Amino acid sequence: MKHNGNGTKDTFMGYRRENGRVGVRNHVIVLPVDDLSNAASVAVANNIKGVMALPHPYGRLQFGADLELHFRTLIGTGSNPNVAAVVVIGIEDQWTQKIVDGIAATGKPVIGFGIEQHGDHDTIMRASKAAREYVQWASELEREECSIDTLWVSTKCGESDTTSGCGANPTVGNAFDKLYPLGTTLVFGETTELTGGEHLVAERCRTPEVREKFMQYFNRYQEVIDRHKTSDLSDSQPTKGNILGGLTTIEEKALGNIQKIGRKCMIDGVLDKAEAPTGPGLWFMDSSSAAAEMVTLCAASGYTVHFFPTGQGNVIGNPILPVIKLCANPRTVRTMNEHIDVDVSGLLRREMTPDEAGDALIDMMFRTANGRLTAAEALGHREFVLTRLYESA
Amino acid sequence: MIHFVVHDEHDSVGVVVVEGIRAGDELTGWIMDQDKTLITKVMNDVPIGHKIAIRDLQNDDTVIKYGTDIGRTIAPIKVGEHLHVHNVKTKRW
Repeated sequence: MKHNGNGTKDTFMGYRRENGRVGVRNHVIVLPVDDLSNAASVAVANNIKGVMALPHPYGRLQFGADLELHFRTLIGTGSNPNVAAVVVIGIEDQWTQKIVDGIAATGKPVIGFGIEQHGDHDTIMRASKAAREYVQWASELEREECSIDTLWVSTKCGESDTTSGCGANPTVGNAFDKLYPLGTTLVFGETTELTGGEHLVAERCRTPEVREKFMQYFNRYQEVIDRHKTSDLSDSQPTKGNILGGLTTIEEKALGNIQKIGRKCMIDGVLDKAEAPTGPGLWFMDSSSAAAEMVTLCAASGYTVHFFPTGQGNVIGNPILPVIKLCANPRTVRTMNEHIDVDVSGLLRREMTPDEAGDALIDMMFRTANGRLTAAEALGHREFVLTRLYESA
Repeated sequence: MIHFVVHDEHDSVGVVVVEGIRAGDELTGWIMDQDKTLITKVMNDVPIGHKIAIRDLQNDDTVIKYGTDIGRTIAPIKVGEHLHVHNVKTKRW
């Protein structure tokens, strides 16, 4: 690896895909279009070693914006450069083909199978043959040296406590401030978890247009909360884990959350859920603050490495997006050591500076991009959780 | 040794960052943004991650952390007292 003058490296070893995007993993996935196709998808992944199924509970009778988000999330997941090739299985051909066509736009190998008129056995057999060919092809792809500006890094925190706001989240902020000028593509979100600090986020928007779009998404989500709430949400936001960890109000949680976007980098654009950014810089994505939903949306937007600060110890992972966990709570680091990739608890003992913590995270980012398995990957955390906007028809 | 940290010297609270804090302990705090030190006697047993008041607050006062409003008190709170969901509420939602 080459080092630049800032103490960070310039390159990593990644997989360059057909459309020019660079991945840090080389997954061959079986992607069910709907809940009914989970069994066949899991069977294919059982048959063919090195292939991963992504089961989920949705995809039938969705309509309108909710259906569009479903399609966008599945197509985005298959299109993510951490994925080498995709086998799509759906109950019927038409929606299956829609997902195949969306992923095929990247140029990567993708094939679809509809179960109707064939049954599970025949579908599993044909899909397994395709999956075997893909995984053997993918196993010969080689990593090559890629510039840091091809890396897309997302962030979302979880089971936060007060140490998140003093330690782990500012560490992500320090790293983002260093990665931003290198031309990387960054994202944060968690719309309702900015409540109480939305004015600070608005101030960081690069243009009035970006600010207006951010505030539209923020206000829309506040209306959703106001429409459905039965209390002041003190029982769910902050979560019981947050409260146990010392967080008292949503405002306090939000101000800790916002530490993740650092002090210097500006918000260059705003994304809808699972929408891909169109250029480098820091993006805000409208999203739920539930960990697996948000990280699934980041993967669907095309992000390839994720920074996940935790306080009380959220154990989340994602099937295709390596989730790097960092923690500043010494008790969590001690009791949940197998889940933590970067220990920044030294920050709170004044044994580590914010700069050193940020550099430690960036170092782990490079190691992860080069192939080191994260704690979540090694432990088999593959949470794939699709965001729903409203009831099925 | 640092027992609690404060983000900004104008904040009303500090965060306990070590385990086993007992009522009556004399605690050393680090104000991060101004890099200053503060000594406070704690009035309750306080778990790691929980907050203590570093100034006296009246009922219905605004609580400041990160230099910003994080909610309102629903009881008077004294310096060194545990400050959490039993005596502070959100102003939102």
